[in-house]
Amino acid sequence: MNKRIIYELKGIYRDTFRVTGYEFGTGEKSVCIVGSSRGNEVQQIYCCSQLVKKMKQLEEEGRITQGHKILVIPSINPYSMNIQKRFWSTDNTDINRMFPGYNLGETTQRIADGVFREISEYRFGIQFTSFYMPGDFVPHVRLMDEGFSDPETARQFGLPYVIIRRVRPYDTTTLNYNWQVWDTQAFSLYTSTTSRLDRTSAGQAVLAVMNFLSGQGMLKYSIPDGLHSRIVHDEDMVMIKTAKSGIFEPMVKAGEEVRAGQPLANILDPYEGDILETLYAPFGMVVFFVHNEPLTYANTAVVKLIEKY
Amino acid sequence: MIKTIAAVGLPVDEVLEIRRNRILPEQPAENRKRISIVTGIHGDELEGQYVCFELQRRIEQGKECLAGIVDIYPAMNPLGIDSITRGIPAFDLDMNRMFPGDIDGSMIEYVVARIMEDVAGSDCVLDIHASNIYLTEIPQIRINELHQDTLVPMAEAANVDLIWVHGASTVLESTFAYSLNRIGTPVLVVEMGVGMRITRRYGDQLVDGIFHLMKKMGIWTGEVKPARKPVISRNPEDVCYLNAGMGGVFIPDVLHGAKLRKGEIIGRIVDPLCGKVLDEVRTPEDGMLFTIRDYPVVVEGSLMGRLLKKEVCGYE
Ligand SMILES: [Zn+2]
Repeated sequence: MNKRIIYELKGIYRDTFRVTGYEFGTGEKSVCIVGSSRGNEVQQIYCCSQLVKKMKQLEEEGRITQGHKILVIPSINPYSMNIQKRFWSTDNTDINRMFPGYNLGETTQRIADGVFREISEYRFGIQFTSFYMPGDFVPHVRLMDEGFSDPETARQFGLPYVIIRRVRPYDTTTLNYNWQVWDTQAFSLYTSTTSRLDRTSAGQAVLAVMNFLSGQGMLKYSIPDGLHSRIVHDEDMVMIKTAKSGIFEPMVKAGEEVRAGQPLANILDPYEGDILETLYAPFGMVVFFVHNEPLTYANTAVVKLIEKY
Repeated sequence: MIKTIAAVGLPVDEVLEIRRNRILPEQPAENRKRISIVTGIHGDELEGQYVCFELQRRIEQGKECLAGIVDIYPAMNPLGIDSITRGIPAFDLDMNRMFPGDIDGSMIEYVVARIMEDVAGSDCVLDIHASNIYLTEIPQIRINELHQDTLVPMAEAANVDLIWVHGASTVLESTFAYSLNRIGTPVLVVEMGVGMRITRRYGDQLVDGIFHLMKKMGIWTGEVKPARKPVISRNPEDVCYLNAGMGGVFIPDVLHGAKLRKGEIIGRIVDPLCGKVLDEVRTPEDGMLFTIRDYPVVVEGSLMGRLLKKEVCGYE
């Protein structure tokens, strides 16, 4: 293992801002794995820490195939994590909206540039990331439809679902998108949570990366067979939206199978406790996403359902 | 005539409303021209608040000269304005990256789509911004190069100091201005002053410009002041960016708008702990400082100013 500083920036009254990377194996730049890019992505840094621990062990045991270098960067934004702010401490910009970066630009453009120079020539890029809406997910791999990444390759993670998502204008400045512009196959890995830890889901994420690395022949690791991810397009999910704002009372969890007609959640009057509306499953499906804040707004997709695995 | 153009119930006993005030001429007639004044998409930019007020005050003084429709939308992001938040509080989303919205979408997408519907069809829209809380700008209009043919002539009538025609970028496709320009409703994006403050001098200058523009469009028949001739910049090379080479506290030595010679000191980055000057920021070329840093604390990369090259400004 080679621990090194990927990028640093001097603060005026704070300790130096440092992005730290862990390299395993030597040889061609094979896989780069990036953890949190936002201050609340605690589960994402946790997944990487578990991965670093595992990779250390595997390297000591000589199980990394010759000729492959694997880089893990647990966080590209420790400053925001330390002040519990989602975006950049001074100007509230999102580093994950600054790629490929610019070395003479504003602070977060410089960080993105500094990091991207180190991570752009890898064959595969994996980013642990989060959704802009608060909620719990079924762990899955996500890729963009117009990109360089291949859904079949994404199946090597062995997660139940591979989600293909349409590219939107604002995606063009994300790490995932820019990796692909520079010929890296990029995958976003969503675990169940963001701002709180879920050990099981983190374990699943570590396992998914192990599956992928061994599928690529970069690692000697025995994986169970028979895992065959289902490929689903984002727009084929069924969104269950609220018509009212109020207290959100979920009755299902992410990953649960539901029958047609099953109640999914209630929206309650915050003053009088009455049920303003009950949301039902229109079809027998699997709960893919559930909103996890106690309050909800109207017209919000609080539950997303997906075809059964 | 005040109308609520979008309303959504919030979780606890509150309705989010977006309101518009429509000022109509005394004599009704068909096919009146319509100008829309939009501001507050970024909740911490308040320069447009004064413009909305002052424009109405002056129209009221000469109501008989009004020959078209004036629509005022002072607060497109009311929750942001109330909570000193640039984006939409609770979502941490920039409203100006959500256009054209979706009438069947989330709460915010719905509000955005309603805004689009209501403003669409105006003969001219001014979307007034105030830079951000870090930088002060001279009154200027920014135009996407894709729409320059329609917009530059309108912008020239608006009494601003600078028209900045910039390159197209995919990210900007989700802005209010781009989305409306794309469907044929001309939108001029005004940037002036600084976030969280009102610079009355700039507000008065822009209100003069709006009257001048309204006169040109046939919406106003009264006397107007002549519009100043703006500098038009079309080439990215026209502008020099001054980014901090290191973190510290920026102490400016020149005034905003100053015409400077190459090598002059714009300001210093100092270290208050050691009492030392860390860096002297100097002008890379002759030019006019049209942007200057207002918020003193800088980190490496922070923008401290922008300089428009002398040959573009055309001053002696
Ligand atoms: Zn703005």
